[in-house]
Amino acid sequence: MGGPSRGGNAVLVACTYLTVLAVLVLPVLLVMVEALRAGLGAAWRSLLDPDALSAIRLTLEVTLVAVIVNTVGGVMAAWLVTKYRFRGRAALVALIELPISVSPVIAGLVWLLLFGRQGWWGDWLDRHHIQIAFATPGILLATLFVTFPYVARTLMPLMEQQGREAEEAAFLLGAGFWRTLWRVTLPDARWALLSGILLTTARAIGEFGAVSVVSGHIPGLTETMPLHIETLYNGYQTVAAFAMAALLALIAMATVLLRSFLEHDFRKASS
Amino acid sequence: MVFCLRRRDGLPGLSISIAFTLVWIGLIVVLPLTALVLRPWQDGGAVMLRVLHDGRMYAALRVSFSCAALAALIDVPLGLLLAWALVRARLPGRRAVDALIDLPFALPTAVTGITLATLYGPTGWIGALLARAGIRVAYTPAGIVVALMFVGLPFIVRAVEPVLRGLPPELEEAGLLLGASPWQNFRRVILPPLLPPLVAGFSLAFARCIGEYGSVIFIAGNQPFHSEIAPLLIVVRLQEFDYEGATAIALILLLSALICMTGVAALRRRVSRGLVARGAA
Repeated sequence: MGGPSRGGNAVLVACTYLTVLAVLVLPVLLVMVEALRAGLGAAWRSLLDPDALSAIRLTLEVTLVAVIVNTVGGVMAAWLVTKYRFRGRAALVALIELPISVSPVIAGLVWLLLFGRQGWWGDWLDRHHIQIAFATPGILLATLFVTFPYVARTLMPLMEQQGREAEEAAFLLGAGFWRTLWRVTLPDARWALLSGILLTTARAIGEFGAVSVVSGHIPGLTETMPLHIETLYNGYQTVAAFAMAALLALIAMATVLLRSFLEHDFRKASS
Repeated sequence: MVFCLRRRDGLPGLSISIAFTLVWIGLIVVLPLTALVLRPWQDGGAVMLRVLHDGRMYAALRVSFSCAALAALIDVPLGLLLAWALVRARLPGRRAVDALIDLPFALPTAVTGITLATLYGPTGWIGALLARAGIRVAYTPAGIVVALMFVGLPFIVRAVEPVLRGLPPELEEAGLLLGASPWQNFRRVILPPLLPPLVAGFSLAFARCIGEYGSVIFIAGNQPFHSEIAPLLIVVRLQEFDYEGATAIALILLLSALICMTGVAALRRRVSRGLVARGAA
């Protein structure tokens, strides 16, 4: 019989549960308890506050655009990097993964250097009354930077493994690039693609540091959900802050569960 | 290789995918990072010189790097335990535990921040217990480490798990049958093949923790020279409208992080090479 002895297993399981409980479960539990401290009604009403609703709407808009742009870019980059061999390929992959190791604060700052009032193109934008920094376009750019690598990163190992025989066959049968991509490559990689999109969505909804730098922190106007949490928390509106936090935590948990199911299906399908 | 290159040229879509990829990477990553690299030198490097004499920046870098290293280091045994339990133990509720491990990665940092600040605050569930023992976590550097531990944990687990899955359990049993003590077995049989993924996981967690902002600032206390992290100092400079100063600190933070990562990558290569050498002997 494999595996540890019965006593050893019990100790291991107990240690694991204790760690998971203390490190991972307790924080989530606290969010829910704090959000419901004044009852479900109060938490619900705080989410219907105009500033809260506007934050939710802005977050959803920015997330939608960021996910679309980075999914299209990520699919194209994954195709380029996995279906062809060329010099500088490794450098390109490194460049795609670079945003992961850049501090979110820096991911926001770089856009101010381009579009802020003291930025390279700040004067020009000012004269033409175009506002990017401290407005929605800036928030979008910061989110784009932060969520940049995830679709490409989840797709690349899978598409590399799939090789390109199927694509070559499709091409010989007369299919063009778009048709091959849409009908052959992506259906084969759909679990990875979906998992990458989920991860991008979760990160886009929850981004705080980068967005905080380029947002003007104007409630009802340039505040996303995480920024609104900060405003509420610093204003001692604890219930409202944790109600919004609970909403985000629920989204995060749904993401994590969905990805875990996807991975499970994928592992079963590939074995 | 030449043959392979020619054969691989047959697929359509090369120019389309190159165009899309270059525009995408160029506009979102290369252009803004170019601004970051060039901006501090625009007036002849005087700003750089000023920032390099700023003691507050060195203090902030020290806090960021030491707390990140400590948190990632504490996460190594915790991550190993969780990965081990997921792969080897008869663990009831394995799927739930497996999904929960990714939670710190998906949970928005602001949510993590206010939650940990409340949990470890003087009246929080854990904070009140610790306060009775005379330990303060929230609003001290220890709070920073606690927040970073939470953020870094999934990186270790996910790095070790696949390697552990590929190791046959017979290996450990053989060690025990040959008369090794559990400790000897752990050190000589189990640990060596897991060392490279542990170092890899450590470096990923460390990299993420150096730049972390949202989950830290609520619990850190944010006192200059004491519990102020480097990303926060960048924000402070921006609020003072000192763009040049903020950019210089950002560039220094990014470069030191990249240097650190290169060092850890070298260590990882050495660890895996040592392993191969020992295996061949």
